[in-house]
Amino acid sequence: DDKLLSEPLSHPDFFNVKELFSLKDLFDARVHLGHKKGCRHRFMEPYIFGCRLDQDIIDLDQTMQHLQLALNFTAHIAYRKGIILFVSRKRQFCHLVETTARECGEYPHPRYWQGGLLTNAHIQFGSGVRLPDLLIFLSSLNNIFEPHVAIRDAAKMNIPTVGVVDTNCNPCLITYPIPGNDDSPSAMELYCKLFRMTIIRAKDKRQQSEVFDELR
Amino acid sequence: LRVICTTTAVQRKKVGASGPEKYTEAFIKKQIEEFNLGKRHLANMMGEDPETFTQEDIDRAIAYLFPSGLFDKQARPIMKHPSEIFPEQRKIQWGEDGRPFHFLFYTGKQSYYSLMHETYEKLLNVQNYQDQLTAQDLPVQKEKKNLAGSRWLTKIELEEMLLEKLSDNEYSRFIQLLEKLMTLPCSDIEEKYIQKFSKEVSVQLEKTVIEPLKYDERGVAFSTGEGTRKTARATAVVYDNGTGKITVNGIDVLHYFPVLQDREQLLFPFQFLDRVGKHDTVCTVSGGGRSAQAGAIRLASAKALRSFVTEKEVEFMRQAGLLTHDPRVKERKKPGQEGARRKFTWKKR
Repeated sequence: DDKLLSEPLSHPDFFNVKELFSLKDLFDARVHLGHKKGCRHRFMEPYIFGCRLDQDIIDLDQTMQHLQLALNFTAHIAYRKGIILFVSRKRQFCHLVETTARECGEYPHPRYWQGGLLTNAHIQFGSGVRLPDLLIFLSSLNNIFEPHVAIRDAAKMNIPTVGVVDTNCNPCLITYPIPGNDDSPSAMELYCKLFRMTIIRAKDKRQQSEVFDELR
Repeated sequence: LRVICTTTAVQRKKVGASGPEKYTEAFIKKQIEEFNLGKRHLANMMGEDPETFTQEDIDRAIAYLFPSGLFDKQARPIMKHPSEIFPEQRKIQWGEDGRPFHFLFYTGKQSYYSLMHETYEKLLNVQNYQDQLTAQDLPVQKEKKNLAGSRWLTKIELEEMLLEKLSDNEYSRFIQLLEKLMTLPCSDIEEKYIQKFSKEVSVQLEKTVIEPLKYDERGVAFSTGEGTRKTARATAVVYDNGTGKITVNGIDVLHYFPVLQDREQLLFPFQFLDRVGKHDTVCTVSGGGRSAQAGAIRLASAKALRSFVTEKEVEFMRQAGLLTHDPRVKERKKPGQEGARRKFTWKKR
């Protein structure tokens, strides 16, 4: 059992997430498109490649690295049977997020975030609740263009976060930020597809390793 | 110096998700066992067979053994199955490893949001079907449905269905989604799903049927009407081809109603329709006082005249107030007051 859990940690890319996406895929899905120069957040400047006709372009090389780290991390969490919560406050992608999470076997939360969900969980849900082990933000702002409350709450409860940060977002408290576009449907579908594939892959690998262990 | 703050009001504690009362599964099981045992005891007491003792028998037995004169039926002693008494509770939502069963568990309102998710999926289905039809150049039409006979579920009914509290905003959002689904042309596919959330409204208004004229042995057309006012009950039979004679309880109107005001009341419907000397009336009246009997006969004769007259004139009569029953009755006297409204004389000291 110990070997089952410690073996993936020795490889840098045990689940081979690099092959799931390429720079061309990201470009075709318009992940590099950011908001206008006026909406730029100060902390996003290192991730921005440049500015063309007042529109910010995100550096896709950095995005590739961050995406690889984030997908690797989610795969490890899924391998160790952690609970993953998909958070997004974009109304147009609410259905997409719910269907993606359902197919993975994980949990979506594309609706209004009630204040004490993480911090007051024992009273809101009941005493034996298990909190999510990873929060994935497919859009890290809420409908008033402020940072989502769950980022701060997850940091308070020591829950790691993975988040897609656009040029107007604050990447500070997110453990694995992914600089990229969160407004186009093509970009969102790409992210959902990638997360779904990694989680399913990790779960299958876990099942395989357990079966191998039992056979021995 | 330590300052201790005390408030007179008690601080409200944050109540848990399941509400103020929590019934564990073990408790409910025990209640069911006690109920079954009590049912058998009751059957033995009443001398009946415990196996075939139904809920109606239980109700009768309890009413017999514990007679109660209380007016409120819900205050009387009842013996029902615990599932009918204790409200439905949510069981534990997660498995042994801690993973919740429902995929929307972490939103807090899982049934409501899963309902929204399903409804939106149906909407997308319908839109896809529509696109397919337009791609194949098939006509997209909608059968006219009777919308007036149905209504959506109310907020309380929806709350009962979902076992969750809803806010007005959320309820209105759900109804908006359903309306949107209804307005699409190809929504017939999801007819069954929509019917789960609609209820039929029974026909409310029944138009009063105006009875046709009847003919007696002489061949004269007549019609009957009934009227009430305060405690007086009257029936009037209005005959055609008359001279304007009115008979009340076998007595001529001049002798029965010596006061002009009462006779004017009787005349009003005929005067309104310009048929003063054309009809004969025979009435019977009982109860009430002088004025009440006059009002009752007036209503009765107006109702009888409806059969002689066109629909337009009936509408005129209705607007004149001839066909409306006067709802004013004597108001009861209240304790602590001298009459219905009059209070006792107020003395300053």
